Amino acid sequence: MGLLDKKYHDSNIIIVSLESALNWARKSSLWYEQFGLACCAIEMMATAASDYDFDRFGIIPRSSPRQADVMIVAGTVTMKMASRIERLYEQMSEPRYVISMGSCSNSGGPYWEHGYHVLKGVDKVIPVDVYVPGCPPRPEALLEGFLKLQERISNETIIEPRETEQESTEEEKEPIEVE
Amino acid sequence: MTTEEITEYLNREYGGNLDPTYAEAGDSWITVSPSVLREVAKTLRDDKNLQFNNLMCLSGIHYQKENELGVAYHLHSTIHDHKLVMKVRVPEDNPVVPSVESLWKTANWHEREAYDLVGITFRGHPGLLRILTPQDWEGHPLRKDYEQQESYRNVSTGI
Repeated sequence: MGLLDKKYHDSNIIIVSLESALNWARKSSLWYEQFGLACCAIEMMATAASDYDFDRFGIIPRSSPRQADVMIVAGTVTMKMASRIERLYEQMSEPRYVISMGSCSNSGGPYWEHGYHVLKGVDKVIPVDVYVPGCPPRPEALLEGFLKLQERISNETIIEPRETEQESTEEEKEPIEVE
Repeated sequence: MTTEEITEYLNREYGGNLDPTYAEAGDSWITVSPSVLREVAKTLRDDKNLQFNNLMCLSGIHYQKENELGVAYHLHSTIHDHKLVMKVRVPEDNPVVPSVESLWKTANWHEREAYDLVGITFRGHPGLLRILTPQDWEGHPLRKDYEQQESYRNVSTGI
């Protein structure tokens, strides 16, 4: 019960640190890039549909990478697609996040050994924040991935901006894996 | 008409010497040489009693033991409701097959696929580019002796 609390008690003003306000805003409106690569995309669509309803977390699809905050790599990344993924990632404005959805984009999945045309993990071309395992992951798993991403965003600080695309020599946060 | 009847009909009407191969399981087929392929295909499409107006599938095949490549054409007539399988074989070192794109438009992408994955060149195709793999890909992946490139545009392919 400080002076400020009393002063603003009856008005619509909340006092928080700038950092948590920014983080709160960021994590509460994660617009994802609307594209899918394989069967995982079907699960992603199911997650966005009314049963699981992405929208209740403020997660909505966006058709332009320039307006998207997060990229869900939902499916098999072929060697041909890899350069396109890279280009899409470069077109996103910062801060930008990547969720790798499913075994294929995590590690190549069933194409790990004999898929001549499949990239063995999307993290070879772009940095990944959250890996969601499964083949394909259920909508709950993808939601859990988003909750982990939100957790990560709420721990961000403005003093030490996150390094993504540069080869950062500073300590880089280890990617989180959904249980 | 069955494959045998069609072969007989073709030989009788057009004086060919086609010989059907009987499969123990599945469809029988006729083998034609690349030099007469287009002529036979045109006849199959246009003859009043055959009218194969639908090319259901065109597949490239690698016969590694014989050092040969082949193409299989699965034809269907929606008018007479009969089917025919036609095959053509070419040597591996000069795999040129005449295109049937001008007869059946289906062949356009199918021939590009056979070119991309097996490496058969279709003479007379309007735009024989790779259809699945990138244009700067090396080799033809469905060849049985295919060796995968180690990296593509500085990204490891994982072998």
